[in-house]
Amino acid sequence: MNDARSSLARRGFLIATGATALAFTAACGTGATTPDAKNAAEGAPKQGGRLRAAFAGGGAGETLDPHAANLFVDAARAKALFDKLADFGADLAAVPRLAERWEPNDALDTWRITVRKAAFHDGRPVTAEDVLHSYRRIADPKGTFRAKASLEPIDLDASRAVDASTVEFKLKRPYAEFPNVLAAFGAYIVPKDATAFDKPVGSGPFSFVSFKPGSSLVVKRNDAYWEGAPHLDELEFVIASEESARVSALLGGQVEYAHELNPATARTHEGKGRIDIVRLPGSAMQGFVMKTDRPPFNDPRVRQAFFLIADRKELVDGALSGAGEIGNDLFGKGYQYYPSSLPQRTQDLEKARALLKEAGAEGLKVTLDTAPAATGFVEAAGIFKEQAAKAGVTVEVKVGNKDTYWKDILDNGTFASYRSGAMPIESHISQRLLTGSTTNATKWQQKDFDDLYQQAQSTSDVTQRGALYERMQRRLYDEGGFLIWGFADWIVATAPKVCGVSKTAPANTLDWARFDKIWLA
Amino acid sequence: MARVTPHLSWIGRRLLLGLGQTAAVVLFIFALTEALPGDAAVALAGDQPDPARIDRIRETMGLDRPAAARLTDWVVSLLHGDLGTSLISGRPVTGYLTAGLGPTLLLATATLTLLTPLSVGLGVLAARREGGPLDRTVSALTLAVHAVPEFAVGVLLATLFGLWLGWLPPTAVGADPFTQPAVLILPVVVLLSRPVCTISRLVRAGMIEAMASPYVAQARRYGVSGTRITWTHALPNAIAPATQQLARTCDWLLSGVIVVEALFVIPGLGTVLIEAVAARDIPVVQGMAVVFGIVTVLVNLAADLAARRFAPRSEVAA
Repeated sequence: MNDARSSLARRGFLIATGATALAFTAACGTGATTPDAKNAAEGAPKQGGRLRAAFAGGGAGETLDPHAANLFVDAARAKALFDKLADFGADLAAVPRLAERWEPNDALDTWRITVRKAAFHDGRPVTAEDVLHSYRRIADPKGTFRAKASLEPIDLDASRAVDASTVEFKLKRPYAEFPNVLAAFGAYIVPKDATAFDKPVGSGPFSFVSFKPGSSLVVKRNDAYWEGAPHLDELEFVIASEESARVSALLGGQVEYAHELNPATARTHEGKGRIDIVRLPGSAMQGFVMKTDRPPFNDPRVRQAFFLIADRKELVDGALSGAGEIGNDLFGKGYQYYPSSLPQRTQDLEKARALLKEAGAEGLKVTLDTAPAATGFVEAAGIFKEQAAKAGVTVEVKVGNKDTYWKDILDNGTFASYRSGAMPIESHISQRLLTGSTTNATKWQQKDFDDLYQQAQSTSDVTQRGALYERMQRRLYDEGGFLIWGFADWIVATAPKVCGVSKTAPANTLDWARFDKIWLA
Repeated sequence: MARVTPHLSWIGRRLLLGLGQTAAVVLFIFALTEALPGDAAVALAGDQPDPARIDRIRETMGLDRPAAARLTDWVVSLLHGDLGTSLISGRPVTGYLTAGLGPTLLLATATLTLLTPLSVGLGVLAARREGGPLDRTVSALTLAVHAVPEFAVGVLLATLFGLWLGWLPPTAVGADPFTQPAVLILPVVVLLSRPVCTISRLVRAGMIEAMASPYVAQARRYGVSGTRITWTHALPNAIAPATQQLARTCDWLLSGVIVVEALFVIPGLGTVLIEAVAARDIPVVQGMAVVFGIVTVLVNLAADLAARRFAPRSEVAA
């Protein structure tokens, strides 16, 4: 699987339209009950029908402004109504969307984007002006949109529309991975005169019908969609923040798609024939962060000892109910540029004790900050505490406030639970591991590491760049501050008649919540 | 007519007291939300706590101003009848209230309509058969049901009637409760389950006491029929404490149905409140506090008035 992914990843800068989209989707058609039998009998997509999809929501404060997207449901709705220039494939490499192609100059600091022939729901074509307007809106110094940090490398004042369908982006520095910016969370293209989003007009596969914040959004098929009209006539997003309510609604036939299930619920219903469980692998990295700039973790030997304390299988089984796979202290298992050749780390308490002794940290006591901010956090902390005790380390688990957790652990404490959604390995590095990174929770600030990153961004050759990424990751594997013990599956469930749901796309990538490719048998 | 004046001034005093209570609730809520760790900017930043972004969000929301200034502004606009706008969406708070009020009011009305006859009937029935097998069954049942939390009752009923038997919709997802009232049946049953128990037990106790009282004995001696004694002589006296319990149930229905709303996905006031607190959306939380405060005061006033009417001598004015 990894080989197939990396060969897909090694595409050039000029890429034809995303042909991989359907290759990975689930097959469908017969009334068979076992998932395997279902996969074997592929049916042709059927036109028509209305699908209701239940997501956890943001309540009455919800908005349809795609740039203000923060939650999964925001991203799913924005994807139905709007397009980005690019999006992430299952291996987290950027796939062209509204951008037909992108071409950098030799210095990798000017990128020419060709916008494909596409139209907004009111019939106007999508132009280079719309692209520039959207990006300027996101990057507005007074604004607070989430994608603003991702767009930071672009010098928007110097960027221009060459013609109606060509944008030339000037960058502040060479950036080989610039397409990742085009695919950034929330970087949607809106019409150039759009200011309010009560009745949003986008270029996405569905067009707006009605919206009740915190309760329901109805959209209908956009027959003029550039990639071909969706199979569904209508799609309704409904909000059910309690997991039990989403499952009840699905079992009771009130919705046909339920996003985000607990592993325990999934196991209860898996293979019973009433609903289909779809596990999206590699969706959420799970781990702990050690602050590398303060005792006891400023000694690399202590960090290495902690790497060896973790029994990853036990953590995945205990904290994630087995719904996931073990990690190797590196982000992005299965993604483009992931060094799968590095040996899998396993628990070695003897060696951990020896390392701690060498570092003069025998009888070490640390406080582990955690909070019910994500699935399995508190459970994992408890399990790690037991494991650490076996190596003579006392871990005191401190449960904090879930609403402010991420801010609390960014600069404070020494050791904390951590989680991340899917993003390219490059984004993980630039957002969290460079000296100037804004969310550097491990306080990993290494001049030579920064240099390697800059070097990679000035390298146009993909193989050479891959080698540089591998050097950076080896460094992190040996002495980084991220103890990454697992990757959780994201679990969605559908009614048996729902077909075309991707089984390989991590949450937040292109084929996740891709309702234009879904049909009802 | 001379008796009306003290009566009116009693209402006046109660109203003034209520106004003071509402103001206190609002101040209290403001202080509490201020004391919560983090603010709307931090909650909104979520897992991307870029400090510069948090500062910008804080600035756009006006959260960088001192708490006293924000409270003063809010009170001034409140006196103009303006509840302010949400920090998160920028939409007016009144919109949040009206959107959430509809479903909650519908639930509350349906529950109260059934609650009164059901609990009074059960209470009277049990009292008239005091000590008998029926009384003991009713007592055992009401105690047992009261011990089960709403969440458990809700899950049980939704699984049984919604998923196994398929008689009723298991949730209200995507349905309009006004046009599809079937979605309200299970939530109303869950909401009824505990108040029916408390109120019927209060009615039962009050009835037993009243039936043993001298004036009932006197009425019997006059040859008044048993039914008439029960319903017109004993019940009004027995019902006074139950009325006040009913008022408390009203408050609870308005703000405390959060579990039921979450379980059955009814986008009412409880849901709005929970989400506003999680998002530290202070204007919305304050707006709801004002409304809840006023409603609570009014409902309790009405209950006290009713209790005085039912049993003027007992001077119940809690």
